[in-house]
Amino acid sequence: MSTEHIDDVSGISTTGHEWDGIKELNNPLPRWWVITFYITIAWAIGYTIAYPAWPLLTSATRGVLGYSSRNDVKNELAAAEAAKGKYVAAIQAKTVSEIAADDALREFAVAAGGAAFKVNCVQCHGSGAQGSAGFPNLNDDGWLWGGSADQIQQTIMHGIRFASDADTRQSEMPAFGDIITAEQINQVSAYVASLSGPVQDASLIEPGAKVFAENCVACHGDKAKGNREFGAPDLTDAIWLYGSGETAIAAQVRAPKHGVMPAWIGRLGETKVKELAVYVHSLGGGE
Amino acid sequence: MLDQTQVERLNAEAVNSAKIRQPLYAPRRKIFPKRASGRFRQFKWLVMAITLGIYYLTPWLRWDRGPFAPDQAVLLDLANRRFYFFFIEVWPQEFYYVAGLLMMAGIGLFLVTSTVGRAWCGYTCPQTVWVDLFLVVERAIEGDRNARMKLDAGPWTARKLVLRVSKHAIWLVIAVATGGAWIFYFADAPTLIGEVFRGTAAPVAFATIAVLTATTYTFGGLMREQVCTYMCPWPRIQAAMLDENSLTVTYNDWRGEPRSRHAKKVQAAGQPVGDCVDCNACVAVCPMGIDIRDGQQLECITCALCIDACDGVMDKLGRERGLISYATLSDYNANMAVATAGGSSPVNPSLVRTDEGKFSDKLAHFHIRKIFRLRTFVYLGAWSAVGLALLYSLLTRDRLEVNVLHDRNPQFVTLSDGSIRNGYTVKLLNMIPEPRTIVVTMQGLHGAEMSVVGIDLPADRSFAVPVEPDRLKTLKVFVRQPANQVESAAQTFKFRVEDKASFETDEYTATFNAPEIAR
Repeated sequence: MSTEHIDDVSGISTTGHEWDGIKELNNPLPRWWVITFYITIAWAIGYTIAYPAWPLLTSATRGVLGYSSRNDVKNELAAAEAAKGKYVAAIQAKTVSEIAADDALREFAVAAGGAAFKVNCVQCHGSGAQGSAGFPNLNDDGWLWGGSADQIQQTIMHGIRFASDADTRQSEMPAFGDIITAEQINQVSAYVASLSGPVQDASLIEPGAKVFAENCVACHGDKAKGNREFGAPDLTDAIWLYGSGETAIAAQVRAPKHGVMPAWIGRLGETKVKELAVYVHSLGGGE
Repeated sequence: MLDQTQVERLNAEAVNSAKIRQPLYAPRRKIFPKRASGRFRQFKWLVMAITLGIYYLTPWLRWDRGPFAPDQAVLLDLANRRFYFFFIEVWPQEFYYVAGLLMMAGIGLFLVTSTVGRAWCGYTCPQTVWVDLFLVVERAIEGDRNARMKLDAGPWTARKLVLRVSKHAIWLVIAVATGGAWIFYFADAPTLIGEVFRGTAAPVAFATIAVLTATTYTFGGLMREQVCTYMCPWPRIQAAMLDENSLTVTYNDWRGEPRSRHAKKVQAAGQPVGDCVDCNACVAVCPMGIDIRDGQQLECITCALCIDACDGVMDKLGRERGLISYATLSDYNANMAVATAGGSSPVNPSLVRTDEGKFSDKLAHFHIRKIFRLRTFVYLGAWSAVGLALLYSLLTRDRLEVNVLHDRNPQFVTLSDGSIRNGYTVKLLNMIPEPRTIVVTMQGLHGAEMSVVGIDLPADRSFAVPVEPDRLKTLKVFVRQPANQVESAAQTFKFRVEDKASFETDEYTATFNAPEIAR
């Protein structure tokens, strides 16, 4: 219950409310304040007429200015596209090697390719392009199909073992479990492992080298350095796509896994693929 | 039939009767400050000339920084994120200087307020200065207080219309010039002024001019003292900083009361009479429209014009100046005690004077000593400490810096020969407006070599790179260490940068990560 009374000191009536003995004088507002208040009301009414405001059943009033934040975004995106136009045209006209050699173009392509990578590639290759078992690390200098910018572009465009692309990179290691004996598999695995590190049973190395010479050199080469024609990996280095060590090697000899990468040219178009190629090439392992 | 006195009188009242109706708003009571003259007015003219001069002229000062930086002495280059102040150039990451300056401003305000009260309000606040300027225009066109009051009360004649229109026109010109001067702090002033007059300047420049023109005109011309009374938080804050030894504009009622317009008559009747002749000169000159004789109040900005007005009257009457004066509360209370015989009687001005009519020796006077007290020393100490810290950091700051971001994804890469590679984003900051060649060297990390994307250098432990004036250069650096040299999973090493010409150097200690098995 509020009770108004006249304040003794100021002679002004109170609002009638009381908080712990404190009462508020009912002073009138300054005129400029009241005028400003009315202006804000008028402004609000004008605003709801000019801009989208009043909710209707399925949408809202459009406002006489026809403003829409979606149009704003559309215009901003169009402006951004237009600003990129110069670079995009240059990327279309040049080869990836030429793009990688031009400072400004490379910077643009690395940024654009990095963004495209985050959307399309990280699912298999990881957000840092670090790969995982079965999915190659793109930062290192081991390349199954070649690490020049043009070779990377070719791989991204047509994919690897991607059945619906005629130009896809194709190779298949036979399942040696059906061809050679289990003992031979152990021997050849020990031999291959010995090329890049110590093995448990050194006596297996020599027979293993014989098995290798009979069965593997056609693709992996007589020095086991691999062959990019067939995507045959270098077996002497420290990089192992399907795991290092004799057990992992034996498993791969017995029944090899064959990774598949889709062809991206149809989905992303040539410009994006070039940008991606430049980006991957710039990660540190490019040749 | 009832007699009319028998009709019952009901106790009822209309809900909107004038007695209980509240006004919706309080209209402004117009104030027509009279022109004051005296030493404080002189001082205020001087302060006005200096502050307005600083505001309008600063952007036009030139300062040669060579061909790679603007030659404007004070420039807030928002587009390039640089702030230039004469010989100082501030980058965004050095913005803590502004925080330091704000601290100094805050503590300086404590210091000033605790010694000389609301001096900021009365002399240097832009609101005070511009209102003063607008009043000069008003007086020049419409005349002094009486003429203005007469004009305001009079009917709308052609003369009134001409005077009013020309007054507002000049106010608007000042307002446009004020808003216009602001934008010159943010771009090259001589270029911008041409663009403004040709209409080719950026829309934000015109919008800024429009907004500041509106605020200057409204606050300086139309709202004036209402800004201080209603809108500004300063009076409330500053009042809390005053103490009993702060100088404030004070009406010395210990010698002024009882005031009288007919002193001789009152004296003849044997009544005590004070120095105040109730001429209201102090009220007439007050730009806030208050009566200082009511005591210290929130509205008082301590502009001291009432002191000038009262001193003028006292001079004419042949009495001592200082009926209204800068005084401290402690002095005032001491003198009040003398005048009231320790509070036992009403003010009797004869108690503060000797028989010869001179002031009594018992009166307290302000002494400069009062400024030097613990509180002001603490403020001064804090203020100087911040200032010296800023100065030290300014004089010793780096103009060549290196920042390094270690790639975290992946943290390391195993290469085909088993060696380990880490990637780093190295940022070289050339913070002077001259091109420089920076030598980047690796220190530590046995057997490691660097390679840089886009720079063809033989893999090495040092390389030189040109950096544009006043710019940051970002490099992608790969560091590679042979497997047999890796000592631990996380080794530290240094990127050291050097400008061979000026011998400036900077270092960054980075980490090199390797897998545990590489050991």
